[in-house]
Amino acid sequence: MDGSVNLGADVRRQIEGLIADYAHAIDDDRLEEWPDFFTDDCSYRIINRENYAKGRRVGVMDCSSKGMLRDRILALREANVYEPHCYRHIQSGTRIRGKDGDAYQVETSFLIIRTMQEGDMSVFCAGKFVDEIVFDGDMPLFRKRLVVTDSNRIHTLIVIPI
Amino acid sequence: MDQAQTRKIEWPDDGVSRIPYQIYTDPDNYADEQQRIFRGPIWSFVCTEQEIEKPGDYQTTYIGDTPVIVLRDLEGEIQVIVNRCAHRGNLVCINREGNAEELTCVYHNWRYDLQGNLKSVAFGKGVGKTGGMPDDFDRADHGLQRLKCEVYQGLIFATFSDEVAPLTDWLGEEMVENIDRILGRGMVLLGTYSQYMPNNWKLYMENVRDSYHASILHMFQATFRLNRLSMKGGIKLSDNGWHHISYSIAESDREEEQYDAKKLRAVKDGYTLADPTLVKGWREFECGTTLAIQSTYPNFVVQQISNSLALRLCLPKGPEECELLWWVFGTPEDTEEQQEIRIKQSNMIGPGGVISMEDGVVGGWIQRGTKRDQDKTTIVQMGGREVAPSAEGRATEVSIRGFWQGYRDCMGL
Repeated sequence: MDGSVNLGADVRRQIEGLIADYAHAIDDDRLEEWPDFFTDDCSYRIINRENYAKGRRVGVMDCSSKGMLRDRILALREANVYEPHCYRHIQSGTRIRGKDGDAYQVETSFLIIRTMQEGDMSVFCAGKFVDEIVFDGDMPLFRKRLVVTDSNRIHTLIVIPI
Repeated sequence: MDQAQTRKIEWPDDGVSRIPYQIYTDPDNYADEQQRIFRGPIWSFVCTEQEIEKPGDYQTTYIGDTPVIVLRDLEGEIQVIVNRCAHRGNLVCINREGNAEELTCVYHNWRYDLQGNLKSVAFGKGVGKTGGMPDDFDRADHGLQRLKCEVYQGLIFATFSDEVAPLTDWLGEEMVENIDRILGRGMVLLGTYSQYMPNNWKLYMENVRDSYHASILHMFQATFRLNRLSMKGGIKLSDNGWHHISYSIAESDREEEQYDAKKLRAVKDGYTLADPTLVKGWREFECGTTLAIQSTYPNFVVQQISNSLALRLCLPKGPEECELLWWVFGTPEDTEEQQEIRIKQSNMIGPGGVISMEDGVVGGWIQRGTKRDQDKTTIVQMGGREVAPSAEGRATEVSIRGFWQGYRDCMGL
């Protein structure tokens, strides 16, 4: 499919912009903005590579509405107990694989460094985003964001979305 | 057993209601546990039957920290075999899972059948007319180490022990009943994942058995006012205290419907769920059980939280680390809608679970907090000092004391 889609430079730029803005919002702790990157009927799921390959459905986060995204953030702020930490997303290799109806199919590799409050840094997660991106007027939005993690392991816990 | 080794831990006088901090870090004690517990009189869960459906299918995992292969042999029988070549101790199976007609060590091509019998040795007779294994080398003496195993409701258990009672006798009637209830309808695997924790394995298993902390550490339900107050609950323990079930029962259908959106009580704006379908469930069990956390000694968990069903296995990874393996499942009877509910509810559990994520972190904090003061102890006295079942609700540490009773039995402490 690569290269078979005739994209305007604007579309590509807007899609890449969405993917970059999303990561910055998370890394900058502007998590309340996170749901705004999605359509109302969105789906967001973090699943490991093995389950994904085997067609198994359950991962470590599974939101099927914008409301659930918002609830995740409210829980993180008000309810959940964890040691303060932040992420740094390193992203590369965005490719637009095609267009299905009104949705662009896009994949991007990512690497996340997690920094704990005392300064410990570690590679927390690597994998790829498998996205369906639609346009609401000029605004690109995720209708579906599947986070496929290379490892089956999560170290300690995952509370901040990827 | 070497008494000098076990005497290193000074057990406090208070029965099983005070636990020495040393037990969470001591490397010699860790080595003792591998021998006396994981190779002792227990049944270890290894994996589910459906993960090795066809003849030749195998999974590799661990009992304690000993690597094992779990496989279905060509006759369809399940075998659990220590994953170590009789020759140089190399791992025979390198892949985590797969299908094989025989087990061949890649290092020197020693070949075993799926029962672990040594079939051939590369260049066993030498090259040309020289070399080879000595004349008295008998292949029959050099098979892989095969363990006793039993399958119950699709769960595969294995043991190093010749003395342990048959699996269901070892579990006891009440424990078996709960496994029947959760797994008797069969199992459809919805997903597996792992959570790696910076703490001794026993700190996690204490957490599993700690029904006291549930509504205190885990604030999700309280924050969103999802607690159901009129719930009946209690603790079941096996006769020897080793296994436990902590449970809640809704006395009527009405109570179970309290999670419905319209009936959620919120004290202030902004603290309601925007999408309460997350906690929507259905009355799955006639008995009205809405929560049942069962642990079988020492490190296996069968979980029902509302309609979220899972198995967990906590593997020790050295004295100060452990890995929790999760199997999330439904049943073959599930409607599509019911499966969707289970998937949604899976947001409550696991390393990213809004209700349970704290369980992954609290053990590490205790590990850090206790490390320097090895001669001090924890207090496990909520609900008394004894080990006995309790119908007085779940604010008790009796199941933790049961764990330590089993621990002392096995470790001779």
